[in-house]
Amino acid sequence: MTEVRSYYGHNVVKEPTWTWEIPVYFFTGGLGGASSVLGFSAKLFGNEKLSRTALYIGAAADAVSAPLLISDLGRPERFHHMLRVFKITSPMNVGAWVLTVAGGASNTAAVLQFLGLLKPVRLAAEAVAFFFGPPLATYTGVLVADTAIPVWHEGRHELPWLFGAGAAASAGAAACLFVGADDCGPARRLAIGAGLTELALTETMEKRLGEVGEVYEHGAAGTFGKAAKALTLAGTALLATKRHKLGGALVCAGSMCMRWSVYKAGFQSARDPKYTVKPQRERAERQGGSKATTLPGRSAG
Amino acid sequence: MRLSNGETLSQALYGDTDPAGASGYGDHPPRMGFFTDTSVCIGCKACEVACKEWNHVPEDGLLFTGMSYDNTQGLGADTWRHVAFIEQSKPLAGQIAGVQHDSDQLRWLMSSDVCKHCTHAACLDVCPTGSLFRTEFGTVVVQEDICNGCGYCVPACPFGVIEKRHLPATPGTLPAFLGKKEDGRVWKCTLCYDRLRGGHEPACAKACPTKSIQFGPVEELRERADDRLAKLHAQDWNGAQLYLRDPDDGVGGAGAFFLLLDDPEVYGFPPDPIVPTAKLGEMWVNMATAAAVLAVGIVGSFLFGSRE
Repeated sequence: MTEVRSYYGHNVVKEPTWTWEIPVYFFTGGLGGASSVLGFSAKLFGNEKLSRTALYIGAAADAVSAPLLISDLGRPERFHHMLRVFKITSPMNVGAWVLTVAGGASNTAAVLQFLGLLKPVRLAAEAVAFFFGPPLATYTGVLVADTAIPVWHEGRHELPWLFGAGAAASAGAAACLFVGADDCGPARRLAIGAGLTELALTETMEKRLGEVGEVYEHGAAGTFGKAAKALTLAGTALLATKRHKLGGALVCAGSMCMRWSVYKAGFQSARDPKYTVKPQRERAERQGGSKATTLPGRSAG
Repeated sequence: MRLSNGETLSQALYGDTDPAGASGYGDHPPRMGFFTDTSVCIGCKACEVACKEWNHVPEDGLLFTGMSYDNTQGLGADTWRHVAFIEQSKPLAGQIAGVQHDSDQLRWLMSSDVCKHCTHAACLDVCPTGSLFRTEFGTVVVQEDICNGCGYCVPACPFGVIEKRHLPATPGTLPAFLGKKEDGRVWKCTLCYDRLRGGHEPACAKACPTKSIQFGPVEELRERADDRLAKLHAQDWNGAQLYLRDPDDGVGGAGAFFLLLDDPEVYGFPPDPIVPTAKLGEMWVNMATAAAVLAVGIVGSFLFGSRE
């Protein structure tokens, strides 16, 4: 057992400065991205009712995403500075571009659909939203993983998959809320399949993270995590028994709670220095002492 | 994936490199930095004061913490130099010839912390606006007229250095937008970029009365640090070690590195930091795979099962 030392118990890495808009955006961005894919797929398979509903849901979710992100900024009036560069090393910059393209396309398509105008342009816009939807639904996993927060960075293998599964589950579930039982079959199957995948990935990630992942058992992350599991499980069960409205609502709520659980876990992981210090100290010991140059023959303490 | 300067993403994000050159500066001055030798720090906090004065860093609250002589607590938006104080019941070093020390006497460690100006700086790499940039001196600086306060750099920094300023904005400077009243941008040490441009040393190094904070070309500072460590070794100092001096470490070595007298975590440093962007290439590949599977899964939901 490694003894964990720290400076008066202070945190080493800083907690994020993000506020409630960010986890809500993780949900809406995922819902928007996956709904755009669902809508265009439904079109390809001739399910016009599902296609139209998913298009509108996707456009609405994309449309609320941008104000959420702008509202979180310390200087919202400078939001457009996100687009003054293109920077592959910044997941947030890449995400801003993806949201701009995907949201622009889905909302163009939705407006043209509503007005019944310019069908070729609308189809092109729907196709663009189809291709930019999956990155929109998954990049947020890289966004949080590309930080020094131990529970996020160490969760990098699962997070894009987990967020993608949550996005697909919410897109299917949201479509079930608005599409009649005759047409929502694919959406229902998607919500059930992705919902169960989301549950499995949550379990996998928490198990693999070991001690770093214990923040998922405590505090707000624990509460949201338990709620996410219960809501998703109950929702998929209801959808399986064709209780579309209640089931759809519960799966959506579960997907939202999963994002909140991950978000809150990051704060808890940053706050306690042991999550930063202990794995690093153990890594340093494994590599034959700290990478710092120590006097030979003397212990550091 | 190749970047505009011909490097692959993983080469650009990890390992030893000349940061200014890798950032596109052709003919540039030598990389400048700090060597903070904590073995001669006397905890006077002249560096904290000089930094605040020169850089107009605002007062952010006065608090009695009970943490030895440290009421500053740590680096942040409004603290760019921070002196740590650690009281230990450990043997003193035998650094003074002819003086007998009790073996279990208190030793008082002091260390002036600062932004590390990493060779691979996570804050700079993740900044979505290009507000954070690499200077010709190889240092990392925020452009306050560009920063939009997204806060991504804050959890990206492995050292917890950079932070958003929550103090009220200077009256009249903030357009009324979404009711924001605080400064809302991120701030950190600039390694006195303005002073460097004028040929001066940074304010903290200038004010340091014991030369605990040494400023100069990083190459030269590394040699000086090695000599100093050898000397302390010869004098049998307890726990002396260099921190962030090695270009092969997880941040590619730092522009501001330290000689410590105990393990890094005792001073509030991460013991073996690795820049999070070191894994960004594999994270993008992983995400692209997840995105492809997501699309296939959604399309697949139309292929299986009868239409109900």
